[in-house]
Amino acid sequence: MPVPVLVFASYADAFGARIVSVPVETPCTVADIVEAMRTLKGGERLPGKPVVAVNQSYATCDVAVQDGDEVALIPPVAGG
Amino acid sequence: MTAPWVEITNEPIDLNAMVGTVVDRGVGAVATFLGTVRDVNDGRAVTGIDYEAYQPMAEREMRAIADEIVSRWPGLRVAIVHRVGTLQVGDVSVAIACAHARRAPSADAMREAIELLKVRVPIWKREHYAGGEWTWVDPTQPTTATETR
Repeated sequence: MPVPVLVFASYADAFGARIVSVPVETPCTVADIVEAMRTLKGGERLPGKPVVAVNQSYATCDVAVQDGDEVALIPPVAGG
Repeated sequence: MTAPWVEITNEPIDLNAMVGTVVDRGVGAVATFLGTVRDVNDGRAVTGIDYEAYQPMAEREMRAIADEIVSRWPGLRVAIVHRVGTLQVGDVSVAIACAHARRAPSADAMREAIELLKVRVPIWKREHYAGGEWTWVDPTQPTTATETR
């Protein structure tokens, strides 16, 4: 089942959406999701190692993603 | 004590209200920080900034930062509020209030809070320039100006 991934700011511009349906089979890893996103239109604009959050916590590329997890791609932050 | 006030808001930030939540009879010093929209960045004339946040995660990270600085400076009372939406030059984008019995912990904690916020909290800004151009600010990229923060 595709995983909906939240995207923001410059990444939302790249994908032309705020939620991207990513074609992967769950369970999978954060790395699997990033690689699948690179194949989508706009994915070529992702940096080499985009930052990912799972369930609103920063996640390394080996973190497992289950059905129902909230996954988000985090562009370089610029608050303040 | 009550939990630190952390919030992402669309409304103008009320620093006095924030200070009101951190002062109590044991407080002898309140250090406050205001981040404001500057009219120039990286040598370009800035006309305004759109701020965007991943709100639930941003508030979680802000709360984690508040908890961390309270652990580091026991007795600290803290409030952190960041505004999102379209801001004009001079508008306040972020405010921090740190209260403690003593001035050094309040000031040090305030500085730590804004430094951690800038690197951890999922908030983004799109700068608009005179002439109509805009860009998402990426602090990880080198700038042509010498000033980086």
